[in-house]
Amino acid sequence: MTGEARISLSGRPDFEAIAAWVAPEATVLDLGCGDGLLLKFLAASRAVKGYGIEIADENVLACVTHGVNVIQGDLERGLQGFDAGSFDYVILSQTLQAMRHTEEIVLEMLRVGRQAIVTFPNFGHWQARWQVAFGGRMPVSKTLPYEWYDTPNVHLCTIGDFERFCADHSIRILERVVLHAGQRVAFLPNLLGSLAVFRFEKRH
Amino acid sequence: MDPRDATLPRSVGAVAPRQMRFAEPIRLTGGAAIDEYRLVYETYGRLNAARTNAVLVCHALNAAHHVAGHYADDPANIGWWDNMIGPGKPLDTERFFVVGLNNLGGCFGSTGPSSPNPKTGRPYGSSFPVVTVEDWVNVQARLADRLGIGRWAAVMGGSLGAMQALQWTISYPMRIRHALVIAAAPRLSAQNIAFNEIARQAITTDPDFHGGDYYAHGVVPTRGLRIARMIGHVTYLSDDAMMEKFGRVLRSGKLGFHFDVDFEVESYLRHQADKFSSYFDANTYLLITRALDYFDPAEAHGGDLAAALAAARAKFLVVSFTSDWRFASARSREIVKALLDNRRDVTYAEIDAPHGHDAFLLEDPRYHALVRAYFENAAREVGADRGDAGGAPLEEGEPVRVATGGGLAA
Repeated sequence: MTGEARISLSGRPDFEAIAAWVAPEATVLDLGCGDGLLLKFLAASRAVKGYGIEIADENVLACVTHGVNVIQGDLERGLQGFDAGSFDYVILSQTLQAMRHTEEIVLEMLRVGRQAIVTFPNFGHWQARWQVAFGGRMPVSKTLPYEWYDTPNVHLCTIGDFERFCADHSIRILERVVLHAGQRVAFLPNLLGSLAVFRFEKRH
Repeated sequence: MDPRDATLPRSVGAVAPRQMRFAEPIRLTGGAAIDEYRLVYETYGRLNAARTNAVLVCHALNAAHHVAGHYADDPANIGWWDNMIGPGKPLDTERFFVVGLNNLGGCFGSTGPSSPNPKTGRPYGSSFPVVTVEDWVNVQARLADRLGIGRWAAVMGGSLGAMQALQWTISYPMRIRHALVIAAAPRLSAQNIAFNEIARQAITTDPDFHGGDYYAHGVVPTRGLRIARMIGHVTYLSDDAMMEKFGRVLRSGKLGFHFDVDFEVESYLRHQADKFSSYFDANTYLLITRALDYFDPAEAHGGDLAAALAAARAKFLVVSFTSDWRFASARSREIVKALLDNRRDVTYAEIDAPHGHDAFLLEDPRYHALVRAYFENAAREVGADRGDAGGAPLEEGEPVRVATGGGLAA
């Protein structure tokens, strides 16, 4: 692991959980890859052959600066141009909640990838519940840093919601890690975890 | 801007073309051969001691070897990609040794239809064989050999120039580290070929064309070339860019009820046509549009572009522009898909620029920042550092004086 890759971990506790699941030298497609640091981390720690998809110009530039392969495109239009089963893993890291076509993109991930990995902020975390229930306000926290009027998040869900979604769509959950403040949460994860990481595949 | 600040982008300054003669015959894809030829080229920056920092810049339809800088005796004649190439520019000549040439069949000094055929002493004219993108790349490889460049750090081009970069990765996979494929298509569409055919028909039906041997008659098919240029030029611009630039503005403020110039756009097209036809050779125009038509690396693989690119080992930067309808973004995505299928390293950027196909020649901050970042990584990879003690090309061609027209575009 390179020094730079280690530094990037501090801001993104889900990186290490994802890396632990990804087989060495696998092929990875990272949807909404942002500045490309997850792919850079996976290349350094797992020697993956990775590509990102990203819509924002400044993120495409950041990926080039980080030496990460990136394809500029809009996820909302699906993954046309990517063949079925052409990647070992398709990752959607902290982007699910900002997607309009949530259902479509998860199904597209499972078409293109043999397995899929998603991470998302858990709206069931107690702080979020507390702020709505007793503050009477939309929650603002470290994993949900936006005000209601400027949030890119249009499809927030809880860990329970996502597991229900998987059951309804013939998706088999292979692994789940729930985190808070960089630490794993085993007890009451839907209440105490602020970030969820799932690995899943199509039920055959 | 302080001109003394060495970190600010600036011009490579005064440059001079050189020529190299090649005595060994080159066999062309079409079966013909050219026994001897000369190539005119320019270089900027210094080849490093390890010879790893050379970048070839390929020209498109009507440009040539004068890529950057200006001529000491003609300061207004600025290279066609001067905004991209120079000290501190996206392709930084403080780090890279940049080579631009006029392709075989060209009309800016390299052997072409207007050059004398050594067998007859008269211009080749109609007897100059059709050349392809593959032929150009083979000729460029010979120039690289003579300059002592075993492997390019990058080959870069826009439009037809991008096709040459792509062909390099197929023809000489071990001689190119990076391919910058900008505003490209993996092959022309029927519509693209149709536009080329209209241009060629305009030229070949001009009474002054004389079957391609107009040199002997002391005339040039100016009318045909003018129309060819007009039709080509329109395909380089977007509808929005033309509307923005000209709108429906009238030359004299009111309709003339005649067929002379009414609208500004007509005046502009006529001006472009006059300028172009004064310096460009009609036979070269035919040759280059034909090379465009014939380019189709997938054809030899049953139309499978991924199979055609299976040999490629380079890393790729593919860039398209959203308003380019000549080579639309979807055409670049075909290239990206074929590279992904081969698991090649590829980055693809779709620049939201309004200018159409010509956007690749313009200064767009997102586009230039991307190319700059890409070359910074490439520089690290090949050890192209500022202030490298430097080597020199194996062979230096002779200085030459040639006309390059002016305001060269796509």
